Amino acid sequence: MQATPANASGLRVDEKLERMKLFGLSSPALLLVLVILVIPVGWLFYVSFLGGNGQFSLENYQRMVERSSYMRIFRTTFEVSLVTTGLCILIGYPLAYFLSQIPPRIANLCMITVLLPFWTSLLVRTYAWLVLLQKQGLINEWAMALGLWDEPIKMVHNMTGTLIGMVHIMLPFLILPVYGSMKAVDRDYVKAAANLGASPRRAFWDVFFPLTMPGLFAGTLMVFILCLGFFVTPAVLGGGKVIMVSMKIVSNIELFVSWGAASALGVVLLALTFAILWVASRFLKLDQIAGGGH
Amino acid sequence: MRSQDSDALPISIRGVTKTYGAVHALDDVSLEVKSGEFITLLGPSGSGKTTLLMVIAGFTRPDCGSLKFGEREVIRTPPHLRDLGMTFQSYALFPHMSVAGNVAYPLKLRKLQKAEIAERVEKALETVQLGGYGDRRITQLSGGQKQRVALARSIVFEPRILLMDEPLSALDKKLRDQMQIELRHLHEKLGMTTVYVTHDQREALTMSDRIAVVNKGRIMQLASPRELYERPANRFVADFIGDSTFLPVERSGEQVSYGGMPLKFVQAPPDTPTLALMVRPERIVLSSEGPREGANNFAATAVEVVYQGDSYLLHARLDDGTLIALRGGVRGASLSALPNVGDKVTLTLAPEDTVLIDGSEA
Ligand SMILES: Nc1ncnc2c1ncn2[C@@H]1O[C@H](COP(=O)(O)OP(=O)(O)OP(=O)(O)O)[C@@H](O)[C@H]1O
Ligand SMILES: [Mg+2]
Repeated sequence: MQATPANASGLRVDEKLERMKLFGLSSPALLLVLVILVIPVGWLFYVSFLGGNGQFSLENYQRMVERSSYMRIFRTTFEVSLVTTGLCILIGYPLAYFLSQIPPRIANLCMITVLLPFWTSLLVRTYAWLVLLQKQGLINEWAMALGLWDEPIKMVHNMTGTLIGMVHIMLPFLILPVYGSMKAVDRDYVKAAANLGASPRRAFWDVFFPLTMPGLFAGTLMVFILCLGFFVTPAVLGGGKVIMVSMKIVSNIELFVSWGAASALGVVLLALTFAILWVASRFLKLDQIAGGGH
Repeated sequence: MRSQDSDALPISIRGVTKTYGAVHALDDVSLEVKSGEFITLLGPSGSGKTTLLMVIAGFTRPDCGSLKFGEREVIRTPPHLRDLGMTFQSYALFPHMSVAGNVAYPLKLRKLQKAEIAERVEKALETVQLGGYGDRRITQLSGGQKQRVALARSIVFEPRILLMDEPLSALDKKLRDQMQIELRHLHEKLGMTTVYVTHDQREALTMSDRIAVVNKGRIMQLASPRELYERPANRFVADFIGDSTFLPVERSGEQVSYGGMPLKFVQAPPDTPTLALMVRPERIVLSSEGPREGANNFAATAVEVVYQGDSYLLHARLDDGTLIALRGGVRGASLSALPNVGDKVTLTLAPEDTVLIDGSEA
């Protein structure tokens, strides 16, 4: 018979204790998640399967498939989210790049201005855009005074206004993770690429951009998912012409007092969001893009 | 394979200065590297070695100065057009590419055929003893392996100028010795003009055609390894390369004496206001039969005897209180004849080994 390895049982006990402690420490948080997340969502799920008579029924879901208006709403939601996300990338990535290249002291100052919107109310920001963009708003009046255009342009209560407002509000969510991943890229990488013969453009696309992909990916996903459930800005700036899922949910409750229909919409939106996350994590293996190093 | 010499380029550095605030990272540096030469920059940490390499590679813009590759002035040429190989102190391997991807990158930029790229990548990896590692991810490599991939990447496109910033610092002694030989072979084969940075003076002495000792952004001495070791220009160089003890000496006319004793020497002393006698531990000898005729003799007391396997080290105190080190061989009877602590001993220095240098603290 072999002698038992030294301390094997003692070390196993330690391992177990450590795990129990970890669980003990995280249990309040787990409980909180359970109470404020799992239970309400479960209830939402349950309500969505109740018909008008209070019995189990699929009518809430049936209606969504049958009525074209619902399809349109979902399409609008995705369109607005996609375009907003795309614009955020087009504006946010170069901006983050600029911030990552200038001296840190100035960059920090600029970062504060990027983050400033976070400290003001969403509603205030949205109404501020209303004031700026409306027919007698600042932008139209100044542009006409400068002779840029003669007639006031309709920039609000439509898709344009919605997009302007949403891009403005979503931009920090893209810039922050992108900026973070850019700062994490060792400057020697780009230097090495140049040394090996890559023009600044090649070095950027071959080395810098791939290394910032994880941040860009995280920011894109965050913006897109936040957009899917966005309410205030499209409601105020869309002027009833841009109807997104979240607005339909509100009208279902406020106008028709139909909790079942509203819940069903919520469940579908949630399911779609999860589906997107799942697909995204399947196809873009984050750790591989990052080389497993970051 | 390219032909030798014809393709290598001389590097001419003239009056290059780079300041960071009050720090002179480079202070009016001039250096002529001959075509195909292997030059090593040797100096303490923060002396400006990396800065000088970065100026040559084009990543640090100096305040002033001229830099020529051959006849071409390149001080204002962007780095990607300088066409030189470089290993970074931080390796700078691209983490999102495989080992082969990294090594192939400069070849892809030069639009080589796929088959040729694959062949040259594998050959370069074999040169650094990493054959078959092509598919590994960079993050799966040890520090020494990374360093060797960086080396492979910098030589795979056979640059005419190669800059290396401590390329072997992360390797264990055995592998480092092998890679030193490998690098020398490579240098002989490709004949590229090489500027090499190291902290390891033995590495510098064994590999270089010439060594530039750098301190506080200035080149203290540029000379062949042998000259540098035998005839250091000043105390800094003598102190930095090899161990040495300095003894104060007085000059009167042609005569130089230590503690009243006239010294016998072969090489004329430099023409400086003060002089110092440089004593290397392996040059001074323990004399068993007292003072020796025709040599310089020093009376001392043994303070400590350390056995070190391949040699022994004797610390002895001269009569004026200076502590002097002596390294002796352990062959035959010499071990049994070692003095005990407290014994009076005589140390002798042959006139050929009596080196007088500039005595000022540089
Ligand atoms: N970007 C920079 N900003 C400010 N000072 C710098 C910068 N780069 C280098 N220095 C300073 O210039 C001097 C030379 O630095 P350098 O990196 O060339 O030293 P080194 O000889 O390569 O040292 P080591 O052997 O430690 O690598 C140091 O005093 C350093 O602090
Ligand atoms: Mg350095």
